[in-house]
Amino acid sequence: MSARAEIFADIRRALGVTGREAPRRQTVEARLAHTPKGIVPARGAGGDGRQAVFRAEAERVLASVVELSNPAEIPTRIAAYLADRNLPLILRMGDDPFLAALPWQSTALAISQGPSDGSDPICLSHAFGAIAESGTLVLLSGPANPTTLNFLPETHVVVVKAADIVGNYEEIWQRLRAAFGKGAMPRTVNFITGPSRSADIGQTMQLGAHGPRELHIIVVEG
Amino acid sequence: MSPASQFVLNAHRAMHDAQLQKALYSSRAGFIAKRAKAAARLPEFEALRDAARDIKAHTLAHLDLYLEAYESKVQECGGEVHYARTPEAANAIILDICRRHKAVRVVKGKTMVGEEIGLNAALKARGIEPIETDLGEYAIQLRGEMPSHIIAPAVHLTKEQIAADFRRVHVGLPEARDLSEAAALLAEARAVLREKFLSADVGITGANFLIAETGSSIIVTNEGNGDLAETLPKVHIVLASIEKLVPTLEDAAQLMRVLARSGTGQDLSVYTTFATGPRRPGDPDGPQDYHVVLLDNGRSAMLGSEFAEVLRCIRCGACMNHCPVYQSVGGHAYGAIYSGPIGAVMTPAFIGIENAVDLPHASSLCGACESVCPVRIPLPKLLRRWREKSFERSFVPAHQRLALSFWGAFARRPLLYRVAAGAATRMLSLIAGEKGRFKALPFARSWMKTRDFPAPEGETFQAQFARRTKAHGK
Repeated sequence: MSARAEIFADIRRALGVTGREAPRRQTVEARLAHTPKGIVPARGAGGDGRQAVFRAEAERVLASVVELSNPAEIPTRIAAYLADRNLPLILRMGDDPFLAALPWQSTALAISQGPSDGSDPICLSHAFGAIAESGTLVLLSGPANPTTLNFLPETHVVVVKAADIVGNYEEIWQRLRAAFGKGAMPRTVNFITGPSRSADIGQTMQLGAHGPRELHIIVVEG
Repeated sequence: MSPASQFVLNAHRAMHDAQLQKALYSSRAGFIAKRAKAAARLPEFEALRDAARDIKAHTLAHLDLYLEAYESKVQECGGEVHYARTPEAANAIILDICRRHKAVRVVKGKTMVGEEIGLNAALKARGIEPIETDLGEYAIQLRGEMPSHIIAPAVHLTKEQIAADFRRVHVGLPEARDLSEAAALLAEARAVLREKFLSADVGITGANFLIAETGSSIIVTNEGNGDLAETLPKVHIVLASIEKLVPTLEDAAQLMRVLARSGTGQDLSVYTTFATGPRRPGDPDGPQDYHVVLLDNGRSAMLGSEFAEVLRCIRCGACMNHCPVYQSVGGHAYGAIYSGPIGAVMTPAFIGIENAVDLPHASSLCGACESVCPVRIPLPKLLRRWREKSFERSFVPAHQRLALSFWGAFARRPLLYRVAAGAATRMLSLIAGEKGRFKALPFARSWMKTRDFPAPEGETFQAQFARRTKAHGK
């Protein structure tokens, strides 16, 4: 008997079932099909206040947040952010169409495209969404926004549209299902809640453990 | 003899280890206060704990069916699922994958199951270099130690000890560099490990949850090390035990809301990552191969036993953080992979109660662990159950059995108990005289080395209770 068959036999013996009982199968199929929602905290209720909740929660976990009314402002604001911190005016990003359409030529930023090999100090991503409840960004893998951009740089700048901020985790599942189909997921979905940190050394919290030391979020209207 | 059978000796040593006591002291208050604050900030927290308990209980009751659903989803996405009943089988599967990819170096995200199966030793024996990348795990790997805490594996180390290890191992860096601050240690580890990430052939991570609905594995980290381990190498191996299954994304959301709050007191860890299969067409990064190794190692047997409830555990570490015994002796005293109250229940199930007789007694049964467990595992009840089992099976030493049956003879006869307790109380009170306490008593020499025993004041509890009830006219 294969290890798989033995483990299934052991589980079924322990539970006193055969695996063929129709009511059990129906229970499981129904739960997988209907994905019932559990408790959603009031903080994640959504509505008009969600952008303010998102901002407050993201700042609580030490991300910095700016809110812009016009996407055309994004390049100059990023250039100013980097200049303020004496960081080089270079930026790595994927081939996200929304980011690609921004007026980069109006700044001195040197833009390169593609995944990161670890040599890019600053990377830019466009988030699939954001979650007010916990101040979390949601990023998806793929050529538009390669996953390596999220983890290898020292500074990660993330653009999210105000309309893509939802109240809670459950709303993100709905949006993922709408975009990819029920039961399907992109290869990687990253929930990012603040910059990388560790308290493993001497029990004191330090930023920038393996991932970015700084997380700068740009919320944009339109 | 297994190290788990030496708890009393280990605990004694730990209490006299000044470095360890310093490290434990500095972490103690932090975890408790942070959890309390996080729970207070979420009015729905207690209700979410109920929901989390129910989800895990439901999944365990239907584990065979959710495993089938999960497996077919992983395969649909181009991943491979392997099953291992034993640690040896799990290691063999992982070594085989490594061999097929001619792996020389493996980077690891944090995996307690990896510790459970002795993965690092198995890899090294085949000439493959395993690198722990969680900073705490890395620090203890340099010392050849086991983690002493589920989520803070190096909580027993001071930063001075870590600095000394970095100087010893990171050769080629300037001797005179300043490693006195945690920030400098972090920067050095980041640079050393970054190079390892970029040159590794295989990345191995654990999983906090596996989702049947989508075939996804979830890891949560604060550092981002798990993400680098599952993104940069060409192969990603997820090593997880079978009870990590949850049905749907909605169910995962409930558990995510209690996991970090219970452990570190964060609302959510910095990185919660859902990985589903290998690189898709057009993906410029990510692994080309995605494997899941599912380990049983006694869990299916536990499922049918009176200890099934421990399988709800989501490894947050709250029971350790709140346990007065753990906080006094640290995780290593337990002599096993899983320490603290949860370890004291799981270890006897894994290695046999005869090899871990002391562990169910490594608790004052104060109930702090159960009061903070996000999935409401009744740990004190389960510890008591192990005590009963080990008594039934005569693993309790003869003098303790004798003392217990002596006490039992009185406790089961209320009249005899009352008379004997009254006599003993009066006698002890008489002997103690004016001082009102004893400096020495027979059978309690070691306990009395550091304490005096207060003498009874002439009346038993029952007698006082009766007198006061009468006085209140009831």
